Amino acid sequence: MGEITTSLMLAGELVASGDARLASIVTLSLQVSLSATLLACLIGMPLGALLAVGRFPGRHTLIVLFNGLMGLPPVVVGLLVYLLLSRAGPLGQFGLLFTPAAMIIAQTILIVPIVAALARQSVEDAWREYREQLRSLGASRLRAAMTLLWDGRFSLTTSGLAGFGRAIAEVGAVMIVGGNIDGVTRVMTTTIALETSKGDLPLALALGLILIAVVLAVNTAAFMLRQWAEQRWG
Amino acid sequence: MGLGMAWLVLDRLGLTENGVCIINDVSLKVGAGRTAILGPNGAGKSTLLRLMHGLLRPSEGAQHWPAPLTQGMVFQRPVMLRTTALANVEYGLKLRGIKPPERRQRAMAALERVGLPAMAERPARRLSGGEQQRVALARAWALEPQVLFLDEPTASLDPASSREVERIIREIAASGTRIVMTTHNLGQARRIAEEVLFIDCGRVVEQSPVEEFFTRPRHAAAQCFLEEEIP
Repeated sequence: MGEITTSLMLAGELVASGDARLASIVTLSLQVSLSATLLACLIGMPLGALLAVGRFPGRHTLIVLFNGLMGLPPVVVGLLVYLLLSRAGPLGQFGLLFTPAAMIIAQTILIVPIVAALARQSVEDAWREYREQLRSLGASRLRAAMTLLWDGRFSLTTSGLAGFGRAIAEVGAVMIVGGNIDGVTRVMTTTIALETSKGDLPLALALGLILIAVVLAVNTAAFMLRQWAEQRWG
Repeated sequence: MGLGMAWLVLDRLGLTENGVCIINDVSLKVGAGRTAILGPNGAGKSTLLRLMHGLLRPSEGAQHWPAPLTQGMVFQRPVMLRTTALANVEYGLKLRGIKPPERRQRAMAALERVGLPAMAERPARRLSGGEQQRVALARAWALEPQVLFLDEPTASLDPASSREVERIIREIAASGTRIVMTTHNLGQARRIAEEVLFIDCGRVVEQSPVEEFFTRPRHAAAQCFLEEEIP
């Protein structure tokens, strides 16, 4: 009991004092996961919309595949990206392994299925309601997909958020492709894993608290945005 | 049969879905400027309208347009995009590739014709049901279709909104657009239509000028339908 209390107090001090090492870890975490979320939204949302309104062979297979890939294990994604980026791998020449770029790539791959699958569901529901009207006005399927994405922009924040939550919280992928190098690729989750095994609980706890706070803050912001949008646009 | 020169010809049109026949062997010519499709619930009124507009593909037969006409449709429940009323009207024009200055001007003019210029910048989904239906009419009208299909356009509206929507439909017709509408409001059919198509169990069993239909219906099902109507 005593150790936990002491650790919590030290953690509080670390956060309050604005510790430089702590700040750089948190910043890198946010940079990597927000970049991955942005990329995943740019890829996953149009993909989800096309899966929702498109009619092409293999569509059902793709839908099942993306739903299944939502549960992709981070360590497996890490391993695959590691193989791609390692010196002997097909993309080895770019020297990306053990850089933040590699971590962004891995997290993007990890969460594209989440964003795409959730966006597909949301766009498909809207398509059922809008379909006849959009067709009557002469919208092509591609055009309809874009219209539905724009129209559902506020409810789609949920799918982006689910992706971000997954990215910021995962350890396996960033650990493998980033290597947890101090000052270069060390993020919140990898630090927590390392410091806990080393016995430095205050730093681990401080990061754990910040991680929870970040996730809560982002979700609160998204919730308020949706509330506002609902009020404004119906 | 039918009034005026035929502009739409249905030839043995049929639609079967999951083994159930919804529209059965419909052959007719539409030549009237304002046509009402009447019939009991589930008779196939909306389905026939969707087949005419091309939203559904017939499983048998075909439809011919002697001269190609531009079409529009207004639905029972208006579908509004999450943007302003004006942008909703502009959307249809945008799909036709009409550029912003003209687009805005035409959309605004359409909103004025339906009596909603003051609502232009309001979020469309926050408008009342009647106002949303008028925005939907403006969206269709702005495209100046040669044929406008309307599916129960006042079914979910209060009497005041219904009157306003009827006024707009009559104005659209007066501007030269051919009207085909389904309705279960017989008074409305009488006020708006020149010709009635009466549909029963997926078959069009009577096509008559409106006065003739209401005073001397020929088909037994139509007689029955009119007698059951609460005055």
